[in-house]
Amino acid sequence: MGLEAKLKQDGFFTTKLDAIIGWARQSSVWPMPMGISCCAIEMMAAADPKYDIARFGSEVMRFTPRQCDLMIVAGTVTYKMSHVVRKIYDQMPDPKWVIAMGACTSTGGMYRSYSVVQGIDQFLPVDIYLAGCPPRPDNLLNALIQIQNKIGRTKARDFQDLKLPELNVIQNN
Amino acid sequence: MTIKEIIKNKLQENFKDASLEFSEYKDEFVIKVDKKIIASVCKLLKTDTELKFLICEDITAVDWATRKNRFTVVYHIFSLKNNIRIVVKADVDEADCSIDTVSSIWRAANWQERETYDMYGIKFNNHPDLRRMYMPEEFEYYPLRKDFPLMGIPGSLPLPKK
Amino acid sequence: MEALKKDEVNPKILEALLKDSDITIDDALDNEMILNMGPQHPATHGVLRLLLKLDGETIVGCVPDLGYLHRGYEKMAENMSYYEYIPHTDRLDYISPMANNVAWVLAVEKLAGIEVPVRAQYIRMIIAELARIASHLVAIGSFAMDVGALTVFLWTLREREKIMDIWDVLCGARFTNSYTRIGGVANDAQPESLKLIRDFIDQFIPNLDECERLLNTNRIFVERLDGIGAISREDALDLGFTGPNLRASGVNIDLRRATPYLEYDKMDFEVPVYNEGDCLARYFVRTDEARQSKAIIRQVLDKMPQGPVRAAEPKKVLPHKADVYSKMEELIHDFMIVNFGINPPVGEIYHAIEGSKGELGFYLVSKGEGHPWKCKIRSPSFNNIQALPHLVKGAMVSDVVAIIGSIDPIMGEADK
Repeated sequence: MGLEAKLKQDGFFTTKLDAIIGWARQSSVWPMPMGISCCAIEMMAAADPKYDIARFGSEVMRFTPRQCDLMIVAGTVTYKMSHVVRKIYDQMPDPKWVIAMGACTSTGGMYRSYSVVQGIDQFLPVDIYLAGCPPRPDNLLNALIQIQNKIGRTKARDFQDLKLPELNVIQNN
Repeated sequence: MTIKEIIKNKLQENFKDASLEFSEYKDEFVIKVDKKIIASVCKLLKTDTELKFLICEDITAVDWATRKNRFTVVYHIFSLKNNIRIVVKADVDEADCSIDTVSSIWRAANWQERETYDMYGIKFNNHPDLRRMYMPEEFEYYPLRKDFPLMGIPGSLPLPKK
Repeated sequence: MEALKKDEVNPKILEALLKDSDITIDDALDNEMILNMGPQHPATHGVLRLLLKLDGETIVGCVPDLGYLHRGYEKMAENMSYYEYIPHTDRLDYISPMANNVAWVLAVEKLAGIEVPVRAQYIRMIIAELARIASHLVAIGSFAMDVGALTVFLWTLREREKIMDIWDVLCGARFTNSYTRIGGVANDAQPESLKLIRDFIDQFIPNLDECERLLNTNRIFVERLDGIGAISREDALDLGFTGPNLRASGVNIDLRRATPYLEYDKMDFEVPVYNEGDCLARYFVRTDEARQSKAIIRQVLDKMPQGPVRAAEPKKVLPHKADVYSKMEELIHDFMIVNFGINPPVGEIYHAIEGSKGELGFYLVSKGEGHPWKCKIRSPSFNNIQALPHLVKGAMVSDVVAIIGSIDPIMGEADK
């Protein structure tokens, strides 16, 4: 990432470099499984011999955030757990992407109660929202392919000044 | 004599001056006791060689939302030897919201009473470790009481910044 | 896993952790370390946080911290009708979803006094036993993976995919099905799904034997588990263990025999009991139970009668959809039941079934309205985790992983 940050113009050299780096990143997305509840079981099922996720490049699901670039938040996030999820997200190195798997992470799901965060986008920037309760493993693989396409289109100039905007936190919406 | 009559007789012998109520509903045997003698009643039910209620299955409370005797603490206990499950209940008032603990009798009651404290705010006297179970320690309300709204109180639980 | 400083730990938890220390040195934390085995961990079977007080590599004290998946189930039950709560019960013990459905509808039927037709009871028995097999497969697989045998996990998940295909054909969803209804089941079991079930159980035992052959004579597996996490009979009863964990300590209690529900008193099966009470015994109990479940399913398939699958009580049981669209009374009953709920009589009951982790019970209080006044879920995993501090005392850090795997907690159930 340092090399690309120095090359500010979009010449022939940088577009070819972008294409190669984008292809390398998209073909080996290592997910960080933030498996919290039922969606974690379908995520495990996406890794089993029937819906093999390894053939898409996600050979290992590392449980340490330092080695991953995609965080799949699978399961209901409560207020108590949200601090832990945010801490793990902050520990991941850039560039990183987030999939919100299932209804509970997208909008709070079927749990409209006092302790469930109604959607993780209140404290995390999300790239893909998956519908389903739980989404089938084929659905998760579709989301992975969409993320791979998105990663393949990124350019060096997207990563130069990374500053996440501070949004107001809306609670108990 | 059936096992229910044996239990009834033993309790009435040992606690002559206390007010015990016995009832049956859909083959469940329910004993209602005064909250001051709950520890000694449970001790008798566990240690007596004929009764032997060794398993404490569940402890919970019911909020009736009335002025007097707002809560009822409910104990479900099971006897392996006689293969019977009974229910013991004790009324707790809101003004004096405490009852004796039975965790010295059944160690399984430790966490179950902590959960009842977390959800309803009923304090258990002489409990070895009365902390909240599910909600974070800084939470100030008791979620399962009838006056706590389902969606919670905005601002009572903090969220990390985006 | 990171070592914590004294002021980073919540003071109340710190007090509980330091209470039972029998090391008397000036500053108790000089020779000891507090390790946080956090909620996000590959081997804690969900979001379980453990605070361990270590002396070198040996564990001196342990305080579990629950509540990271507390979704407010009991409060939600007070605000929705008995029918609307069935999908919520799916997500309690999410590895064996059908068993929780069966437990809930049995409790509501006992409260409301509804008689269920025999064919529906037999179908419920099949799905409960299939759920037990699925749960034990995941338990064995992830337990072996925690101890180090990674292949077994993928083989047991392959078997589990076959069960999910059966559920897909039977009721339309692979997972979290909500197949049962109050008064019966949602739709009849088609001959196609019954044939799939028969084919599955015919080839299940040789595949389970294959997985076991990798483990039972493996020296690393046996030495890592033999004698670890042993619990005596009296302690197991006192600390609230139920289910396979209790049967591995020598107590012969199974709710399918003690308080029979569905039609289990007509089935012929054995209840495996081991006496050692350590991790290896708990593993063997689960594999034996999976085999007994196969025997039960075979008997149920042979004895299943023909007949209706929903009770014929119009005011309490939802009518079939075809009738709702064509007849007047069924339309009215459907409207009343969905909007206002069934109104069971005033009273309270407690009903428990033998789930795959232990005794899963529902305590329901009704005041005659369409929604329960109070619902308490007696979850087996909550009570099983209570014994964890007793089991890990004196063990080493790598044994904690094996002990948690052998107890097999599911946090969706423990945190409600």
